[in-house]
Amino acid sequence: MDQSNGMKTGTELVKRGLADMLKGGVIMDVVDAEQARIAEDAGAVAVMALERVPADIRKDGGVARMANPAKVTEIMGAVTVPVMAKCRIGHFLEARVLEELGVDYIDESEVLTPADEENHVDKWPFTTPFVCGARDLGEGLRRLSEGAAMIRTKGEAGTGNVVEAVRHIRAITSQMEALADMTDEEQADQARKMRVPVELVKEVASLGRLPVVNFAAGGIATPSDAALMMALGCDGVFVGSGIFKSSQPAAYAAAIVEATTFWDSPGVVAKVSRGLGEPMRGKEIGTLEPAERLAARGW
Amino acid sequence: MPPAIGVLALQGDVREHRVALDRLGVSYRPVRRPEELEGLDGLVIPGGESTTIGRLAERFGLLNPLRAALADGLPTLATCAGMILVAGAIVEGDQPLLGGLDVVVRRNAFGRQNESFEMDLDVKGLDRPFHGVFIRAPWVEKVGSEVEVLARVGDRPVMVRSGRIVALSFHPELTDDSRIHRLWMEGGGG
Repeated sequence: MDQSNGMKTGTELVKRGLADMLKGGVIMDVVDAEQARIAEDAGAVAVMALERVPADIRKDGGVARMANPAKVTEIMGAVTVPVMAKCRIGHFLEARVLEELGVDYIDESEVLTPADEENHVDKWPFTTPFVCGARDLGEGLRRLSEGAAMIRTKGEAGTGNVVEAVRHIRAITSQMEALADMTDEEQADQARKMRVPVELVKEVASLGRLPVVNFAAGGIATPSDAALMMALGCDGVFVGSGIFKSSQPAAYAAAIVEATTFWDSPGVVAKVSRGLGEPMRGKEIGTLEPAERLAARGW
Repeated sequence: MPPAIGVLALQGDVREHRVALDRLGVSYRPVRRPEELEGLDGLVIPGGESTTIGRLAERFGLLNPLRAALADGLPTLATCAGMILVAGAIVEGDQPLLGGLDVVVRRNAFGRQNESFEMDLDVKGLDRPFHGVFIRAPWVEKVGSEVEVLARVGDRPVMVRSGRIVALSFHPELTDDSRIHRLWMEGGGG
């Protein structure tokens, strides 16, 4: 928006810029003000306001929707760090409500039950920036061409199993490397296959990375998991059920923050991992029914 | 020898500051541990979350060495979260601060993300406007007697200097314009 005093809000630079400020940090799922304060005190760079963490969404079943606005507002009032919230895939009205509430980022998330099987939200008209999940480069670039300002992997949320997030970041990285070696014609062919503008493909090929911040998300449960995702080239980490489903949330939260900063120092990761008690109980992804696999939502 | 500039690399937009310093031909060193502060000619404190950076500095024994370095006059460029950290005081909250600059800062003063903005600013010491990117930005609420205001939005100071410490509400590292980094390195401004 262009205001008379020359201030422009909701620009691409300003949307992507907030994600830049979150780099090297941990964004934590919280369901109330008390959890939000624990997360902030432990050093979270932002919190994700939710009705239920993904592990409980799996357990309880039913339709998972945007959090109650009263809950989002309660969490926004409890902390000074940015507050994110999730809307269902394609549910642009939930997204408009979250924007109206003034959240700092909207996660158009496969963790909630999709509202539209053909269309993701058109994110360009919003002032509030969006983060979206991606399993591979094509999916990430489709989300960027719809206006997302930040990307994250789409690991199986609520399982405590990092394997899918690892698969996604490895796929994105190797596909970006392959792009850099391609001729103009091959890049144009890739752009057609990915259903994205060729300019975007060329931008990624010349940068050697996504033009936005790329976080890890889904299945990260321990300090070592967070360090692993940083070592694989992620800019930061989302932790969902891993903190408040562990036996000592405050200690777990702080340890994951520390391991994310010192991911390249196994000595520090070892030290902060001591005496933490039990991590969340994991779930083997092979035991999930196809309908329980959240990452397959979206396209 | 080119000057050795450290960038506090606990969290935040470290990469963008590195790119800005590279453009000036300056050697760069990430700082996450107390011993990495030794022998520096200058320090950049990046944008990020000031609560996160402050708490990590506290846990890893960097708070007091950083406070001492700032009190000692280490040339420092502090952007956004950095401005909060080098403030003598903030309006609300009890997070760890480094001090060094005699100002009171208000966090998120311009509002939340929906109020984040970009605009051209007049900066003292630069001959043409600088494009300022303000993200959930703080402003300076009170300025000490030794502190010079280099830029304002409305009547609010958004860039200040005292000795060799320069603090900004906005993010010159998010643009391709290195003039503010250069101004700081040359010790100028006003």
